[in-house]
Amino acid sequence: MRTATRAILATTVAMLALPASAETLRWASAGDALTLDPHSQNEGQTHTIRHQMYDALIIRDVTGAFEPSLATDWGPKADDPNVWVFNLRQGVKFHNGNDFTAEDVVFSYNRAKTPTSDMKELINSVVEVRAVDDYTVEMVTDGPNPILPANLTDLFIMDKDWTEENNTVKVQDFEGGEITYATTNVNGTGAYKLVSREPDVKTVMVRNDDYWGRDQFPMAYSDIVHTPIQNAATRVAALLSGEINFLQDVPVQDLERVSSADGLVVKTAPQNRVIFFGMNQGADDLEADNVDGKNPLADVRVRRAMSMAINRDAIKQVVMRGQSQPAGMIAPPFVNGWTAAMDGESKTDLAAAKALMAEAGYGDGFSIRLDCPNDRYINDEGICQAAVGMLGQIGITVNLDAIPKAQHFPKITEGKTDFYMLGWGVPTYDSEYIFNFLVHGREDSIGTWNGTGFDNDELDAKIKSLASNTNLEQRNADIADIWRVVQDEQLYIPIHHQVLNWAMGDNVGIEVDPENQPMIKHATVN
Amino acid sequence: MSDAQMTTRAKDKSRWERFRESDFFYAFKRSPIALVSFTVVCILVLSAVFAPLIAPTNPFDPASLNLMNGFTAPMEPNAFTQETFLMGTDDQGRDVFSTILYGMRISLFVGVSAVLFAMVLGIILGLIAGYFGGWAETIIMRFADVQLTFPSILVAMLIFGIAKGFTPVEYRDQMAIWVLILAIGLSDWVQFARVVRGATLVEKSKDYVAAARLIGRSPWAIMIKHILPNALSPVLVIATISLALAIIAEATLSFLGVGAPPTQPSLGTLIRIGQGFLFSGEWWILFFPACTLLALALSVNLLGDWLRDALNPRLR
Repeated sequence: MRTATRAILATTVAMLALPASAETLRWASAGDALTLDPHSQNEGQTHTIRHQMYDALIIRDVTGAFEPSLATDWGPKADDPNVWVFNLRQGVKFHNGNDFTAEDVVFSYNRAKTPTSDMKELINSVVEVRAVDDYTVEMVTDGPNPILPANLTDLFIMDKDWTEENNTVKVQDFEGGEITYATTNVNGTGAYKLVSREPDVKTVMVRNDDYWGRDQFPMAYSDIVHTPIQNAATRVAALLSGEINFLQDVPVQDLERVSSADGLVVKTAPQNRVIFFGMNQGADDLEADNVDGKNPLADVRVRRAMSMAINRDAIKQVVMRGQSQPAGMIAPPFVNGWTAAMDGESKTDLAAAKALMAEAGYGDGFSIRLDCPNDRYINDEGICQAAVGMLGQIGITVNLDAIPKAQHFPKITEGKTDFYMLGWGVPTYDSEYIFNFLVHGREDSIGTWNGTGFDNDELDAKIKSLASNTNLEQRNADIADIWRVVQDEQLYIPIHHQVLNWAMGDNVGIEVDPENQPMIKHATVN
Repeated sequence: MSDAQMTTRAKDKSRWERFRESDFFYAFKRSPIALVSFTVVCILVLSAVFAPLIAPTNPFDPASLNLMNGFTAPMEPNAFTQETFLMGTDDQGRDVFSTILYGMRISLFVGVSAVLFAMVLGIILGLIAGYFGGWAETIIMRFADVQLTFPSILVAMLIFGIAKGFTPVEYRDQMAIWVLILAIGLSDWVQFARVVRGATLVEKSKDYVAAARLIGRSPWAIMIKHILPNALSPVLVIATISLALAIIAEATLSFLGVGAPPTQPSLGTLIRIGQGFLFSGEWWILFFPACTLLALALSVNLLGDWLRDALNPRLR
């Protein structure tokens, strides 16, 4: 009996102490990928999980610079400014052994342009994608597009044959509740292969030893187990107990506790994401307020007063525990078009705010509902609650409705909110991306996240002209002009730029990425 | 006239005296548990009722909050504002002591109203089932049996979810408390109905009921005037124990984030807020509300237990 126990124990120990190369990254974050279909749902955490298994033509490294991936080099065609040429990497295989060729790129980009795709805004300037030979692709745009490569870093390449064989060519209709083969199965060219996937429970991946970059990247982890843990305290407990060894979303209140724990390190870097409030200035009368027959938010003085009432330093000190950077514009400092001067334009001044309210005829204030997510941004509900108190000081009674992101975001895109919180990251590192989504008047394929009702035709024309403006100096001057209007209109109330905190075991070598998208193939074991 | 007054007064006095000389009061005086829990309940209820007079600040007025006071430790001056708070402050700079007093008002109000609601509903349905029998009894009691197979907190969440869906968003904050009462009350009526039905079945075959029926009193009068008073003492016991459970149910719902709105925290909401700051060392946000909830629920429960023993001679 005792010998048997000992034998079992010995086997168990032997199994635990497999060769040193078998390292498992036990990774947790607050949320899970919404789907694995590469062209459904343009959402940060969803892209993060995809990046481990799928490759794009180009990706960004931790400094934000381009890194060749499936494309080895690229550039505008010498004799035609409307065409970009991409030279593809040779000898790359998909997880199922199929060869990667130009056909797959053409197929994937065409798939990303179909109506149910959530990536179509990123390549709406692309009119045609054509394969010149097996390893050369040309993309034709509807005018010269100098920043096209920046839009391609989250556009993943699927295997044409696999997708057709498994009858999953149509992009999953996520809002319609559709589930397809590609939602839970992956055949990419990426550094890791999918082993199993249980949405909102666990995603298991194993290293792809036939990866084209096997010698180029450390790829120190043989296995990845990703677990979403929504509750902040549970997340920290899992890290402290050693159940996980890499945590993407450390709650700001627990940073000290985690970094002082033995064997754990916290790495911090500014994130490419700004948090702000939007106000519906376009409606004649608001649904969510107590003022009949007119819209208090239509008055720029009211919007400015509201911005002045927000004490961003107090939010930074108390709600964010120093882990944020107060913002004066809705562009993160990474973005072309950001200026320190404009980012410093938010001033807290209660007396001036009250004076502006009185001037606008709302000296006695009004009441309005604030819609806020409670599981998306760092301490989102805490920020909204703090804003309730601060706006109360200039007479605005705010009713807070804090709900999960899955219900909050449709309110903005469907125009069902008058006062809301939103955060915006800029994967293209250019202001055009912000203008396209948040400033341009709302139309079918542009301005889709602009819930302010702001619609200025002259400005819209200027925004549209940015895409094909090859004179970078003139383009930057136009961007500055557009920002000036956004600032003077007080289109949004900027709050702060988020700061990222990743915690990991001290033997885990992962560098913080401003997009909040760790690429595990870069990770080392120390 | 004065004779009548005299008799009334004499009767009142004798009733008070009779109460003081009763077994009930004697047992109460001799039970330390009853005395202590009664005192604790009194102190908590009074401090909740007089919260606006006792509390140093009004935590439900967002405009009066200063965010910079956030996370102040108990009895230590805040690093920025130098203000000191008896039990510290929470993440929004609310004084925890004041918030507990105001939050307890919500907890008690929801608890008492929900129990009253459940009691009235349960008594009416129990009387009907017991007195009339037949299909009315079958429908009511089978419905009760089905509801008993679900945990009551689940039923409460279900009702809360449905009711919230029907409330316009503008009124959600104001309505949240009433929806809570409805949800907890509806999840709790079964016990009352079963006890009242049982007692009614026993009483209705007794001679005094037959006599009342013979002289032609209406069924409702018989039920309410004759049967109900004789079925009341178990109802009282259940009501007391249900009160403790209702207070905890409210705290649970609020802890899960589906109860009282975050801008008007009840004890459960406060515990939910504090729960997020346990690892970071801000223990007081959770500790004091949790202790208050414990003291409140425990003393109401002990009082209920004692009441059950005292009112049921067979248990002695």
